[in-house]
Amino acid sequence: MSDTDARGGLPEDRDYPAGQGGPGWAGQPTGEEQAGPHRVIGTPAPATARTLLGTGQGDGGPQPPPELPAEPADPGKAKKAERIVATCFIISMLAGIGFIAAYIGLEVHSVDAVLRSNLALGTSMAVAFLGLGVGATIWVRHLMPEVELTEARKPMASTPADREAFEETFNEGADASGFKRPLVRRTLIAATLPIALAPLVLLRDMGPLPGTSLRYTVWRKGTRLITYGSNTPLRPEDFGTPGGMITVIPEGYQDDYDALAKAATIIIKFRPGELQPPTVMNWTVDGIVAYSKICTHVGCPVALYEQTTHHILCPCHQSTFDAPRGAQVIFGPAARPLPQLPITTNAAGFLVAQSDYTEPVGPSFWERG
Amino acid sequence: MSVDRALEGVGGALDDRFRGAKGFRTLFRKIFPDHWTFLLGEIALYSFIILLLTGTFLTFWFQPSMTEVVYHGSFTHLDGVRMSEAYASTLNISFDVRGGLLMRQIHHWAADLFVAAILAHMLRIFFTGAYRKPREVNWLLGLAMLTLAMLEGLFGYSLPDDLLSGAGLRITEGVMQSVPLVGTYLAFFLFGGAYPGSQIIPRMYIIHVLLIPGILLALITAHLFIMFHQKHTQMPGKGRTEKNVVGAPLYPYFMAKTGAFFFFTFAAVALAATFAQINPIWLYGPYNPVAISAGSQPDFYMGFLEGALRMMPPWEWNVAGHTFSFNVFIPAFVPLGLIFTAAALWPFLEQWITGDKREHHINDRPRNAATRTALGMGAIAFYGVLWLEGANDVVADHLDIPLYTTTRIAQVAIFVLPVVAYIVTKRICLGLQRKDLHLLEHGVETGIIRQLPSGEFIEETRPVTEEARAVLESRPEPLSLPPAESDVPAPAMRGATGRLRERLNEVVNESVPLTESDGYGGHGNGHGNGHAAEVGHGAEAEHAAVPAAGEREAGHGDEGGGGGYSATGSVTDQGDGQSGS
Repeated sequence: MSDTDARGGLPEDRDYPAGQGGPGWAGQPTGEEQAGPHRVIGTPAPATARTLLGTGQGDGGPQPPPELPAEPADPGKAKKAERIVATCFIISMLAGIGFIAAYIGLEVHSVDAVLRSNLALGTSMAVAFLGLGVGATIWVRHLMPEVELTEARKPMASTPADREAFEETFNEGADASGFKRPLVRRTLIAATLPIALAPLVLLRDMGPLPGTSLRYTVWRKGTRLITYGSNTPLRPEDFGTPGGMITVIPEGYQDDYDALAKAATIIIKFRPGELQPPTVMNWTVDGIVAYSKICTHVGCPVALYEQTTHHILCPCHQSTFDAPRGAQVIFGPAARPLPQLPITTNAAGFLVAQSDYTEPVGPSFWERG
Repeated sequence: MSVDRALEGVGGALDDRFRGAKGFRTLFRKIFPDHWTFLLGEIALYSFIILLLTGTFLTFWFQPSMTEVVYHGSFTHLDGVRMSEAYASTLNISFDVRGGLLMRQIHHWAADLFVAAILAHMLRIFFTGAYRKPREVNWLLGLAMLTLAMLEGLFGYSLPDDLLSGAGLRITEGVMQSVPLVGTYLAFFLFGGAYPGSQIIPRMYIIHVLLIPGILLALITAHLFIMFHQKHTQMPGKGRTEKNVVGAPLYPYFMAKTGAFFFFTFAAVALAATFAQINPIWLYGPYNPVAISAGSQPDFYMGFLEGALRMMPPWEWNVAGHTFSFNVFIPAFVPLGLIFTAAALWPFLEQWITGDKREHHINDRPRNAATRTALGMGAIAFYGVLWLEGANDVVADHLDIPLYTTTRIAQVAIFVLPVVAYIVTKRICLGLQRKDLHLLEHGVETGIIRQLPSGEFIEETRPVTEEARAVLESRPEPLSLPPAESDVPAPAMRGATGRLRERLNEVVNESVPLTESDGYGGHGNGHGNGHAAEVGHGAEAEHAAVPAAGEREAGHGDEGGGGGYSATGSVTDQGDGQSGS
């Protein structure tokens, strides 16, 4: 049984008990003596509250009084409300004009100008909407008479008769369609399966297969380490004292984000004796150790370094790595230490890689093993 | 009258072609029940409309491209900096398009409001039991929309290709890679190769502006149509039954109210966008995989995933050449899966446990469904711990707690707090049920103390109003499961599942008995009736310090042996308890 059915015969289906209306509506004709169905609106006295079901509201029957009263309960109050509503709408109109004026009058193209423009446009827009909202709300609350109507609600389920009729129609159609012929049915299903699969196949060229690409970075034997930002190669002597962490990238890949997303590296210089296993000493130069900057958790750059404790911290999920001890995980969700990049110096005395990383950098993946 | 003529002219012409008079008449008189919590869904709807409007505006200038350009625009601090076209065009919208910054900020605020309103709406639906038959399908549609809204938000704030959202994308990539078996392929297919590639922004763009909004629009339409067809639920109250809908008609009342509410929503978002800066991407700088800023936080609705990632212990297995990254996969998918699966199954689970397959159109008061409310609060506690842990660096900073301590607390709290929330909420609900029963049986304490001829002091009470009584009495008697037939359990109640169902049924239906228990039993009826006789006096003489004589004493005489309970010792008590009236 549809909703439309429930509401189809409006007066028959609905009963209208008294609402919590203003006193002005207490005098509305409410008596039972009145012929035909009638509406009781805004009647406060509980004694007059009753459920009235309409009877036989045919076309030729007497006209029922309107369900909604045309006037609010208190005309004096309504007059005042009307003025307030009008004021709200006028404010809204003025704000709307202000918005257009601000758009025309205020330039942008600099931070200060944009902030001015944003303030003027935003304020006028908000006031314009607020004026409409407040005005409309007061309108509903104080200009429209208060009503509370009741609509009947029928169970959602159709009547058994309707269900049966539907079933019959459905089966009739199914029989007529010949869908029960197995050959047609099965070949139809067989025909749709590959078509359903095709969209998935079409997605194949969304990207190349990963292959072994996640295992390697662009670091090669002899690639110079250059500082990120200033792009200058480094000599061990450039580190005056042990201390901070420097981000380096492979020379020649300054603008290759795909390469940098895996190859970004940090170097830290330690005092003699500070570096401990499992740091690979052969991969360090003069107390300088290089680790991958890509967190082994989910790949954020591990950008924070606490000099006093020698802790490298990932700002995303706070995995903490112990820099002097092979960047082992000492806190947080990362499961593996930051891979160490084997470095040495070349003939000219610049820091270079001995090779690529010897294990995959960055977050784990299924094929990593 | 010109209005009549216009109606006849235009309306008549339309009706000649579409036969709409009867349908629209019915539509105009459709009843919409009122309650402030019914507005939460409307906020979500209107935020979505605002998102469509402002989003369309932004697409006129936004370039979803990762092609590198050198910036020479109005934001001189970044002059000469290499960046993607996406980032440059976002700067352009912010600084060179009039109203562009406002629209961007409205769009972002509206997105946050959209998800927040969906969450609040969902909680309202859950706690009032509005998801019950026949509305389970709409509940599931809502869950689907919440999921899509979060994804839509994530893709949306990633589009400008700034440093902050780039970190989010990187995390997304790492999370995808953690999926067993297919993770690496998923990531490579989404990003069009290795991270970051040059495809992700255009792909997210079309998903963000067409695919997901299209699906959302279809789901919203279905959601609203079903709501419309099934008619809205209503809060319990006088004259409201399972067989009616009490409220104001669509035309003109609901139309005007909801129109006003659209303007309020828009005004609120516009105010936020004017005075509260959001996502100032020019301060973050363009994305670069080498850099990151500390204190990176996602938008609030992704915070619980971030928290889950942060608090997970570093578990990882390597088996037969393959890596199970439990440290990423579990936090990224299990809490989300747990919350959404539990939410999706709950309506059906509850039906099975209670055996209640009836239609429900009157909303429950949360206290009256103590176990459901407690479960909901448990879920909120679970989500809340994840969410707070997602901002644990901020928490640690502001509360001066060591960073690691916040995580260790969260690792314990995630298991303990939901249980505590469950127990505490259930106790509170049962306590409130008792209070309701007390009000029904003994009436409202008026704070008026009277002295009986015997010298005894007594506090007057008066029965609750009819409206309040209708609300207080709204708790339905729980259905009982199929009863045992002379020692043999009913077929549905046999075996291990049957016993489980029986046990769960006891838990879910745990409530204070509706009929008077022995706690108040001794003096129950006489007491109640006696007070009923006092209605008028109590109201008239609320502040009377000295009790009147005569008839009122006679009223108390009817009370019989009820003195024991309501005597309240001293006259000084009279100031208290007024709020009950």
